[in-house]
Amino acid sequence: MAVKILRQKPLSLAEKVYLPQVVAGMRITLKHMFARAQTLQYPEQRPEIPPGYRGVPTLVKDPNGREKCVSCQLCEFVCPPKAIRITPGSVPEGSGRDHVEKAPKAFDIDMLRCIYCGLCQEVCPEEAIFLQNQFSMSGYSRSEMVNDKGRLYEAGGTLPDRHFKWDKKRAAEEAHSPHA
Amino acid sequence: MSLFFQLPVVIQMALKGLAVICVIFPIAGACSMAERKVCAWIQDRPGPNRAIPPWFAWMPIVGPALQKLGAFQLIADGLKFLFKENQVPGHVNRFYFVAAPFLAMIPALSTVTVVPFGAYIDPSGHTVPLILANLDVGILAVFAVASLGIYSMILAGWSSNSKYSFLGGVRASAQLISYELSLTLAVIPVFLWINAPGREGTLGLGRAVEFQSQPGFWGGSWFIFIMPVSALVFLIALFAETNRLPFDTIESEADLVGGFHTEYGAFKWGLFFVAEYLNMIIGSAVFVLLFFGGWNPLPWVPLSAVAGWFGLAGHPVVLGFVSVCIFLAKVLFMIFFFMWVRWTVPRFRYDQVMRIGWRILLPLAIANLLVYAIGIALIQH
Amino acid sequence: MIAPIKPDLVTVNVDGREIAVPKGTNMIEAARLAGVDVPHFCYHPKLTVSGNCRMCLVETGVPAVDPATKAPVIDPGTGRQKINWSPRPAIACATNASPGLHIRTTTPLVKDCREGVMEFLLVNHPLDCPICDQAGECKLQEQATGYGRGTSRYIEEKNVKPKRTQLGSRVTLDDERCILCSRCIRFCREIAHDDVLGFVDRGSHSTLTCYPGRSLENNYSLNTVDICPVGALTSTDFRFKMRVWFLKQTDSIDTESSAGVNTVVWSREGVIHRITPRRNDEVNDTWMADSGRIAYKAVRSEGRLTAARVAGRDGSTGEALAAAAELFREGGVAVVGSGRSSVEEQFLTRRLAESLKARAWLVSRVGQSDKLLVSADRNPNVRGALVTGLVGELPQKTLGELSAAIDSGAVRTVVSVGEDLLCAGISLVQLGRVKVVYLGTHRDATSEAARIVLPALTVFEKAGSFVNQQFRIQKFAAAVPGPAGVQDDLETLSALIRAAGGPDLPSAVGPLWAVMAPQVPALGAVQHGTIPATGLLLDSSPWAGLPFVEGESLHHKPAR
Repeated sequence: MAVKILRQKPLSLAEKVYLPQVVAGMRITLKHMFARAQTLQYPEQRPEIPPGYRGVPTLVKDPNGREKCVSCQLCEFVCPPKAIRITPGSVPEGSGRDHVEKAPKAFDIDMLRCIYCGLCQEVCPEEAIFLQNQFSMSGYSRSEMVNDKGRLYEAGGTLPDRHFKWDKKRAAEEAHSPHA
Repeated sequence: MSLFFQLPVVIQMALKGLAVICVIFPIAGACSMAERKVCAWIQDRPGPNRAIPPWFAWMPIVGPALQKLGAFQLIADGLKFLFKENQVPGHVNRFYFVAAPFLAMIPALSTVTVVPFGAYIDPSGHTVPLILANLDVGILAVFAVASLGIYSMILAGWSSNSKYSFLGGVRASAQLISYELSLTLAVIPVFLWINAPGREGTLGLGRAVEFQSQPGFWGGSWFIFIMPVSALVFLIALFAETNRLPFDTIESEADLVGGFHTEYGAFKWGLFFVAEYLNMIIGSAVFVLLFFGGWNPLPWVPLSAVAGWFGLAGHPVVLGFVSVCIFLAKVLFMIFFFMWVRWTVPRFRYDQVMRIGWRILLPLAIANLLVYAIGIALIQH
Repeated sequence: MIAPIKPDLVTVNVDGREIAVPKGTNMIEAARLAGVDVPHFCYHPKLTVSGNCRMCLVETGVPAVDPATKAPVIDPGTGRQKINWSPRPAIACATNASPGLHIRTTTPLVKDCREGVMEFLLVNHPLDCPICDQAGECKLQEQATGYGRGTSRYIEEKNVKPKRTQLGSRVTLDDERCILCSRCIRFCREIAHDDVLGFVDRGSHSTLTCYPGRSLENNYSLNTVDICPVGALTSTDFRFKMRVWFLKQTDSIDTESSAGVNTVVWSREGVIHRITPRRNDEVNDTWMADSGRIAYKAVRSEGRLTAARVAGRDGSTGEALAAAAELFREGGVAVVGSGRSSVEEQFLTRRLAESLKARAWLVSRVGQSDKLLVSADRNPNVRGALVTGLVGELPQKTLGELSAAIDSGAVRTVVSVGEDLLCAGISLVQLGRVKVVYLGTHRDATSEAARIVLPALTVFEKAGSFVNQQFRIQKFAAAVPGPAGVQDDLETLSALIRAAGGPDLPSAVGPLWAVMAPQVPALGAVQHGTIPATGLLLDSSPWAGLPFVEGESLHHKPAR
C-alpha cells in the first residue's frame, strides 16, 4: 500500500496571531447575515418530490379501476423487515376479473416496520405496489400505523398501465372460446 | 419631576433601581431571542418565526412582522420556563442547587448600580452622569461584585452532584481566575491616564467618559484609539469572563453536556441564562464607557456638542434620554458583536483557553501596562 | 479397463466419473448416485418410464471394440479404451445402465438439447407464476432457471385452454400450465388403479381430461397434485392458501391407519396449511391417501379442548390433577389406553395403570383396507401398545369386561386417554355411574360426562413415535405449538402417575426414552434420537401368533 505523507504547512504569522482569521471569518458570517435564507417553510411549503422517490408503499389500480395485485406474496417474501402481511384469496365469480383467479383477501403493511427500501415495488410481477410520494406518516396507535388493503388502495390510486396483461388474457380467452 | 425629588431618598433610589431593572431585564431577555435570530441569519435561516398570539394575528402588518422577528417566541419561551415542571433531580444537594441560580442573579444585577448609563448637563454647565450609585471605587466595585458570579457556577456544578456539572464548575473557577488578571491589568492604563496629577483620584467610570469628551484631538479621541492593546486585551478577557464563545468551555455541550447547568431545567435554568446576558450587558457597558466614549455619539463629538447644536442643554430630561439612547445603542452593538463572534469562531479547547490566558494575554497585559505606565509618566510629568 | 465388481452391479461412467450401480438402474438414477443432476419432468422413480418430455437428453457412448476380434480399441492419444459416442442424444430415463456405458451431461449438445426442450415447453406455458400455487416448488421454474435460455423469442399468440377444470372434488386442473408429462395418467393407472385420466386432441391442442362421465375421485387423487411437475394439477383445498416458500416442513406420521404413512406437515407461524407424503421406500413410496391430508383440520376445529375442567367447571390443570389424585385414592380405577397414543404415551399409560394397580384396556378401530396405504386397523399404534406392554393381546371393539365391572361396582373411576368410551360400548348410564378422568383433544360425549377433563395435544403439536403394521417404529416431530395453556400429554400423564402415587418419570421424549427403553424388551438399545427418518423395524416375533386385522397392502404382507 502506497503511503503518502502529507506535510502540514507551517502557519503564517497572521494565522498564528489568529485575530486576522477571526476577522476574515466574521466578514464571511456578516455576508451570510444578509443572504437569502435557504429554509423551506415545511408544512406550508412542500419539497418537490423527485422522480423515483420511495415514499409510503401503496397498492395501485389499473386504468380500468381494477386491482392489480394477485397476492403472489413475493413482496411479503422479499420484505426485509417483514412489514407486509398478505392473506391470499380467490377472485369471486362474476366480478369481471375472475379470470385472474387470485387476489388478496387482506393486505397489511405495518408502517412501523417498513424501511422504505422499495424491494416490494422492484419484485412485484404485476406492477401493483408502488412507493409513492407520501413521505410522512403518523398515528396515535400502533394499529393506526398498519395500512390495510382499503387504505393502501386509497393512497395508491390509479397508475397508467402499459401492459394490460390480464385484459389481453381475457381477450385471448374470449377469442378462442368455442361458445363465443 | 419635583414630586419625585420630594420622596424620601431610599424610595427614590428604589424607584430608580426598579426603573433600571425594568429596562435591563427585558433587554437581557430580548438578547436571548436576538441571539437565536442572529444565529439563524448568519446560518442563512429565518430563525424562530412561528409564535403569534391570536389577537396579534388579526393585526394587518405589524402582527406578521413581529411574528417574523420572533418577538412572541421570547414570551412563549419565558412562559414555558415559568410553567414547566420545576423539578430537582434526586441526587443533588438541594439547598445549594436551588440557591445557585439566585446567586447568579445577585452580582449580575448589583453591578448595574455603579455603571453610569447616560448624562445630562446641569444648569452650571457640568456634565452629570446618570448613575444609581456614583461610587468612587467604580470599576473596582464592578470587578469585585461581578467576580462573585463565579460562586453560583461553582455551587451549581458542585451541588448538581454530576461529573459534567462538576467539571463545568471547576473550569469556571479556573477560567475566571485566569482572565480576571488580564481584565484588571488592561484597564489600569486607562485609570493611570484619567487620574492625572492634580486631580481628585477616582476609579469611577464617569470620569473615563469625561476624559473622552474633552476638546482637541487627544482629548476627544476614544481610548480605543489611544490604548488599542488595552481595549483588545479587555475585550478578549471579557469574552472569557462572560463565558461566551469561543471561551465557553464551562458549558461546552460537546464534552460536558451542559457544563455547570447540566442538571438544571425550567425557571432555574432560565435564571442562569438571563444572568449570562446581564453579565454581557454590564461587560459591554463597561467596555463602552472605558473605550468607546460612553454616551458620546462619535469620536471627537462629545454629548455637550450635540446639546449645543440642538439646544438641549436646558432640557436635562431630553438630553438624558438622548444620552441613554446613544449609550444603549453602543451597548447593543457590543452585544451583537458578542453574538457575531459566537457564531463565527469555534470554541477553544480548555487547554488552549488556559494557554491564551496565562501565556499570551497576561504577558501582553503586563507589557502593555508597563509601556503605558512609562509613557504616561513621561507625558504627565 | 472396466470390470464389474459384483455380478449384480454394473459400472457406468457419468461425466468421467465411474460408479457402480445395480443392473437395470436407469441413467437418471445412476447420475443421481454419481451426484450429477439430470433434469427431467415426466420421469418419476415410482412410475413407469414414458420418455415424453425429452428433458433428460444426454450423450451416451460405449467402449469401442474391434468388430472382428472383440478386442478393446485403444485410443492412441490417451492410451485408454476408445469410447464410441453416439452422434444423437438419448433420454436418460429410458437408458438403463449397461456395463461400460458412458454418459455426458455437460456438453454443448446436451446444453442445446435442454435449452431447446425448455423453449418448446414454455412456448404455450402461460407464465402465470404470480397466481400459480406451484410457484416455489415448480420443476418448470427450477429448470427454466437452471437450463433454460433465459429469454423468450416467442412473439406469437399462446394457446388458450381451460383454466379452472374441477377434475374431482379435490383436484383442480389448469390445462394451460400442463406440459403433458403424463405422470398423473400413469399414477392413476398404475398405483391407484383408477384409470380415469387421459389426453385428448393432438399436438399443441393436447389436453388432459377425465374419461367422460367420470371424475378423479379416488382416495389417492391428490398424489397427482404432488407429482405434477408444474401447476397444472392443484389441490382445491390448498389452492391460493399460502405460498410454499413460507411453509415450515416438519416430518410426521399419518395417523389414519396402521400403515404409518410418512408425511411432511407444512405450517407457517403455528398454522398448518397442508400435509404431503414423505418418501419412504419401505412404507409408502411417495404416496399417501387423500383422507390423511385433511387430518390437520382437527387442530383448529370447533370443540377443541383448551382448558382443564373439574366437575363441569373450567379449572386449572393443577386443580384437575389434585381432583384426580383424590379420585385415585378412592380406588377401583380402570385405565383405557389408546391405539392412537404414541409409544411414549402408551408407556406412561402402562405405568399409570401399574401405579393404580388397575387393568389397562385398549379399543380397536377396524375399517376396510384399501390394499394400498389405508390398512384395516385404523389405530396407528396398536403394536406400540403391545411393544410397551400396555396390553398383552389385541384390542376389542367394545369393552365388555369393563362395562360389566362398572355394572358390578368394582370400577368406580375410569381414566380414558383420548378414547370416547361411548364408542367403546360403555353406555351413557354407565358413564353416569363412574367418575371419568378424560384426556382428550376435542369435546365429545365422554368429555361431557367426565368428572375431570385434561386437554391434550394433537399429533401435530407433540413429538413421539408410532409402531406401524410392519412393527416399524417411526418418529414424528411437533409441527406447531399447541393451544395456549395445554400442556404436553407426556407431562399430563407423568403428573397423573405422580397423582396415583407412582414414580416421578420424565416428561420429555428424550429423557423418557432413557427410562423406557430398558423396560421395553423390543426396543433394546434403541433411543428416540437414533431412529432413522425412515423408521426402524422392531423384532415382532413375540407377537407373531396374534391375529392382526391388517390384510396385504403396499410393502406389507401379513405373516399369515
